[in-house]
Amino acid sequence: GGYVGFANLPNQVYRKSVKRGFEFTLMVVGESGLGKSTLINSLFLTDLYSKDYPGPSQRIKKTVQVEQSKVLIKEGGVQLTLTIVDTPGFGDAVDNSNCWQPVINYIDSKFEDFLNAESRVNRRQMPDNRVHCCLYFIAPSGHGLKPLDIEFMKRLHDKVNVIPLIAKADTLTPEECQLFKKQIMKEIQEHKIKIYEFPDTEDDEDSKLIRKIKEKMPLAVVGSNVVIEVNGRKVRGRQYPWGVAEVENGEHCDFTVLRNMLIRTHMQDLKDVTNNVHYENYRSKKLAAVTCNGVDATKNKGQLTKSPLAQMEEERREHVMKMKKMETEMEQVFEMKVKEKKQKLKDSEAELERRHEQMKKNLEAQYKELEEKRHQFEEEKANWETQQRILEQQKLDASKTMEKNKKKGKIF
Amino acid sequence: MSEIVPPEVRPKPVVPAKPSHVAPHSSGPFVPSPQGTGGEGRGSALLGYIGIDTIIEQMRKKTMKTGFDFNIMVVGQSGLGKSTLVNTLFKSQVSRRTTSWSRDEKIPKTVEIKSVSHVIEEGGVKMKLTVVDTPGFGDQINNENCWEPISKYINEQYEKFLKEEVNIARKKRIPDTRVHCCLYFISPTGHSLRQLDIEFMKHLSRVVNIIPVIAKSDTLTLDEKTEFKQRVRKELEACGIECYPQKEFDEDMEDKSDNDKIREAMPFAVVGSDKEYQVNGKRVLGRKTAWGVVEVENPNHCEFSLLRDFMIRSHLQDLKEVTHNIHYETYRAKRLNDNGASGGNRKNTD
Repeated sequence: GGYVGFANLPNQVYRKSVKRGFEFTLMVVGESGLGKSTLINSLFLTDLYSKDYPGPSQRIKKTVQVEQSKVLIKEGGVQLTLTIVDTPGFGDAVDNSNCWQPVINYIDSKFEDFLNAESRVNRRQMPDNRVHCCLYFIAPSGHGLKPLDIEFMKRLHDKVNVIPLIAKADTLTPEECQLFKKQIMKEIQEHKIKIYEFPDTEDDEDSKLIRKIKEKMPLAVVGSNVVIEVNGRKVRGRQYPWGVAEVENGEHCDFTVLRNMLIRTHMQDLKDVTNNVHYENYRSKKLAAVTCNGVDATKNKGQLTKSPLAQMEEERREHVMKMKKMETEMEQVFEMKVKEKKQKLKDSEAELERRHEQMKKNLEAQYKELEEKRHQFEEEKANWETQQRILEQQKLDASKTMEKNKKKGKIF
Repeated sequence: MSEIVPPEVRPKPVVPAKPSHVAPHSSGPFVPSPQGTGGEGRGSALLGYIGIDTIIEQMRKKTMKTGFDFNIMVVGQSGLGKSTLVNTLFKSQVSRRTTSWSRDEKIPKTVEIKSVSHVIEEGGVKMKLTVVDTPGFGDQINNENCWEPISKYINEQYEKFLKEEVNIARKKRIPDTRVHCCLYFISPTGHSLRQLDIEFMKHLSRVVNIIPVIAKSDTLTLDEKTEFKQRVRKELEACGIECYPQKEFDEDMEDKSDNDKIREAMPFAVVGSDKEYQVNGKRVLGRKTAWGVVEVENPNHCEFSLLRDFMIRSHLQDLKEVTHNIHYETYRAKRLNDNGASGGNRKNTD
């Protein structure tokens, strides 16, 4: 034969994926003060948590919350939408019974969303918000797992990829760390906890690498984004009076192993296992519950037992409802606007009234003033007239007397 | 194990706890020394040397002969290095060591009280040290009221002592099992106190002397340490928790200034270890990591030596006195009042 060319398929897939961008949801669980926020900042070389937006431990919670933060990371043309899911308040109360329930609810709700989206007729946009990996932080007691650790992992190993980590590992000497790791793995096996397992490969090199990682489980990590100078090199680490614990030094802690595994080699596998194993578990359990009962006991919207027509009917109904809702909303907005306008008009009317009154008053005042002035003027006029009359009279009298005098004096 | 009696604890002795000023055998016996330490209040000139000041020496000799006992309780979640610290404090294996944690010793379902006694000797002075451990504290998923067994234990010891005291035919030396000091281990989260820490200290600071320490402090950098300590102190103040040394019991200005200095430095950030390493030609107690050796007794590395000096070298006697004169008396007054109120003898219902 000749060259067909499908060997180029991986490249095509690669190019398409790069164009689409990637999504990854990472959940971090552990008591407060175990360095979770610092580790996230270190892993992704960002300040997802900073003084302005402090990590979960700085925000005191009375009950367990589940919060998510999204960050967009771009590197070499590849775009990753990273969602970090926090669980502030986990294990911090005096009574921590069922503190895992909010976490389980969150994971289930994301599965449910995906299940619904998958069952729709219109599946153009299907965001994958399922939790792909859960980093569980173990306190570095040096002894073993706490009852809370065991309980949590037992309840979640069927729902999400659990990767246990030893937090603040710079508190343990190398010997203590070894013993601790062995003890933890022993207890994990005893309690039949299924932590994330690395897939076997045929590639020799890869399997060597994987075996090395498996030996180091659980990974003992230290986080820091503070850069310190050590022997002329600049490294990220924690400065103590007795030395610098370097974050990226394989002899000091397993941070690089975690980072490489989580981001550089196994991110896709984590997503695949989530999709193929955990999600399928959820899905089959959910659907089995429905078909078992015959009557729909759950309030699940997108059921696969319905025919596509029924599904379409359902969607149409949803759409109609949505439209109705929008209509009512618009009506409400319209009403509100009308009310506002009415109010405004009323206000301006009142304002005009007021001004009218004001002007009237002004006019009246002026009128009065003028009246006063006229009155005064009239008075003056009257006075003057009287005065004139008096003068006239006087003049008349004077002329009369003169006449008299003239008459009297005419003899001469 | 010798019968031990707390030396002249009630009332507060007039002579200082530290026999620093040892009796002057050497000073001229005929020098009229107008010392007048508590006896005749007038600083009258003595006509000859009487020898009152040798009482210090007599007390010292007696203490050395009878020895004394000290009971310390350690409280904290498992894995905070309590046993290691106690071993380091008393430089001997006095506590059950759990580094080789075999899961046969499972975390107990409720808080247990386990006490271990040893007699250690130094400079001719014998001390019967009892370490009371509280495994299971704070380790469960639901830790409601996990301080109750501890509170019960402390009150039981007071009750035992009270019963002995109240007896008609009293023992010559009443064995003292009361807890003189409670070291509370705070987890070095670097953020703030846990709810459990606050609850415990609230309930017990009025019953026993609590000294909080920051455990495994080699996990904090210097800045983190200072910040954490400040925050812890603020929180304790805000909750009205008074740790030892309590402000209200400072007797004079000297006491106050000494204790103020200590209160400023509390809680002590400690690291414990019983392994020795070679550092700069010296053998030091420490923890060896890949990036350096944490020296336990180096004040630049951690405050272990501060804690040790404070607890053992200067305030050991004071711890016992406060326990006896204040905590015990409070308990006694309450019990006798209750008894009086109900009229007649009542069985111990604690």
